[in-house]
Amino acid sequence: MNKDSPVGLQSNTNLLSYYREMQRIRTFEDRVGELYLRGESAGSMLHLSIGEESAAVGFCNAMTDGDTFTTHHRGHGIFLARGADPNRMMAEIGGKEDGYCRGKGGSMQIADMGLGHLGANAIVGGGIPAVVGAALVAKRRGNGKISVAFFGDGAMQQGILYESMNMAALWDLPVVFVCINNQWGMGTRIDQATKATKLHERAAAFGLNAETVNGLDVMDVIAAADRIVEGARAGTPGFLAVDCFRFYGHGRKDKSPYRTEEEETVGRQKDPVKFAREALIAQGHDEAELDALDKEITEEMDATIDFTIASPEPALDTMFQDVYAPGQPVPEPVRSRIERVLARE
Amino acid sequence: MKLAYRDALRQALIDAMREDPDIFAIGEEVGRYGGAYGVTKGLIEEFGAERLVDTPISEPAIVGAAVGAAMAGMRPVAELMYVDFVGMTMDQLCNQAAKIRYMFGGQIGVPMVLRTQGGIGRSAGAQHSQSLEAYVMHTPGLRLAMPGTVYDAYHLLRQALKQPDPVVFIEHKGLYAMSEEVDLSVPPPEWGKAVVRREGRDIVMVTYSRQIHYAMQAAEELAAEGIEATVIDLRTLNPLDFDTIRAAVEPIGKAMVISEAAMTAGVAAELAARITEECFDFLEDPVVRVAGEDIPISVSVELEKGSVPGPALVAQTARELVA
Ligand SMILES: Cc1ncc(C[n+]2csc(CCOP(=O)(O)OP(=O)(O)O)c2C)c(N)n1
Ligand SMILES: [Mg+2]
Repeated sequence: MNKDSPVGLQSNTNLLSYYREMQRIRTFEDRVGELYLRGESAGSMLHLSIGEESAAVGFCNAMTDGDTFTTHHRGHGIFLARGADPNRMMAEIGGKEDGYCRGKGGSMQIADMGLGHLGANAIVGGGIPAVVGAALVAKRRGNGKISVAFFGDGAMQQGILYESMNMAALWDLPVVFVCINNQWGMGTRIDQATKATKLHERAAAFGLNAETVNGLDVMDVIAAADRIVEGARAGTPGFLAVDCFRFYGHGRKDKSPYRTEEEETVGRQKDPVKFAREALIAQGHDEAELDALDKEITEEMDATIDFTIASPEPALDTMFQDVYAPGQPVPEPVRSRIERVLARE
Repeated sequence: MKLAYRDALRQALIDAMREDPDIFAIGEEVGRYGGAYGVTKGLIEEFGAERLVDTPISEPAIVGAAVGAAMAGMRPVAELMYVDFVGMTMDQLCNQAAKIRYMFGGQIGVPMVLRTQGGIGRSAGAQHSQSLEAYVMHTPGLRLAMPGTVYDAYHLLRQALKQPDPVVFIEHKGLYAMSEEVDLSVPPPEWGKAVVRREGRDIVMVTYSRQIHYAMQAAEELAAEGIEATVIDLRTLNPLDFDTIRAAVEPIGKAMVISEAAMTAGVAAELAARITEECFDFLEDPVVRVAGEDIPISVSVELEKGSVPGPALVAQTARELVA
């Protein structure tokens, strides 16, 4: 993308592909909900990123092969935007053998080292400091790679973020902290969690390049991400808050009784997928073309459910694998320890 | 009266808060949301936001603020949504709360309760399913309660809220929806006392929290085969009622300890060692631990279930011990 030209919907020819990526995320998340309803998900702790698609697609656009990242518990969209295979993702969410982590991690602890995904996290803020270490290595090796932590607004109140930002700035690391500010952390609205709601100001205080961008228009996120990532690759860590709205409940089962209907209606108007679609129409794409694209995506994502249902449960003895490295002795099963003790009589 | 574990906990908070205006809850989603597992639902309407303090997601400061409030004369009930987050608060819990009375020569105590929940049962994965009671039990200065029944959910929480020292109160996520017939007006056993849930002549099962139910199930199954087990519910791990254990083990000479937590260096290890040391002359067999595998918990339904003991393993172990 030409960084000197004003970036706007009208001038951009890539919008169709960004729309496609965002629609893929939304459709995938929708199918995650379906997997749960069909009783095929491993549990109900499923956090959908509907409404946040522009953050994932917009930021990941600035990332390249070899960049590493961590995500939070609402990270399906980010992983897809970095090239994840939706079948293997869905199978992991189903706790199945063909999942990225062979059924051990699930939705909240999914990872793929091949794509630089150092891990999603069920601990709010838990994945943040790892990018400091990963960036330290990138800098040492001089490979031009960055490391990116994605997290929610709730993690802005975890102390570890500030320790991490301070180190990143102190050591001029190629790091970016991306806060997906969907306004809510479970039932707590951002202004009920902090008085300092201009989130990027905190990062600026540590010496990071820091911005807040409205997530409605993916092109705005792309432009902001380009600026921040350029700085990070040159050794000035960055921070980007993407303002958006959590369309549905905290988890799949939460009906958000703590939000008013009005707030939800207004919030959902901040819809990056719809916005991009309308922009495409304005650019001269026709509904039929976009419908055909949507249909293709629907088919791709429908298949993830079939793939997951067809995938076997992991074999029981795989639970002893991966505690330690391959080739190391595995933990002895309790049953065999008991048998040994009883056999001694 | 039929009551759910979750509702018993809520009732305990309500009754305690009505009685003692210094009691307040502090934690994530305890107020408006009513608690991640619904324990504090509706409390904010009666007691207001000053006594149901919703916090940012800042676990070390939640526990640390509770320590300070307790030192300043109130009685906070801090809540950690999952016991797995205790790692983040280890300093405040183990270096501050646990040691303040001692370090400061007995000048002041920290009468707080840390409510949290653990265990498997929701495919919540490795970071939301652990049984970490050993961390707490290993730290002098902390009390530790783990209710396994609806009655105890109520009364242990009431009693915890009267203790002079910090109490970590670990609920089990798999029990919240469990209902039992209870009469809460029956006076509870003294704080720190174990309860013998079932008496038998062949073997002693020592356990706590959710595994109580697995032990009872196994004991019923064994009874049909003519094997009679004594089942001890410890209720609190600190104080530990070793007298009740000893009194049961000495005449029978066979004991097993049942725990959901990882076996190695866990609570079961401590209990088995203590029974072995103190009842050695009476034991006919090694004290056997039936405990969780030494592995993290998977999100896969099958692997999750396979990671902790169930009634079948308890029964089988008892059968072989008695044979
Ligand atoms: C350390 C920690 N504290 C609390 C929780 C429980 N919890 C899970 S998600 C969440 C809200 C997070 O909000 P935010 O960071 O804004 O992310 P969002 O859910 O909005 O994507 C909470 C409190 C947790 N998983 N980890
Ligand atoms: Mg949020």
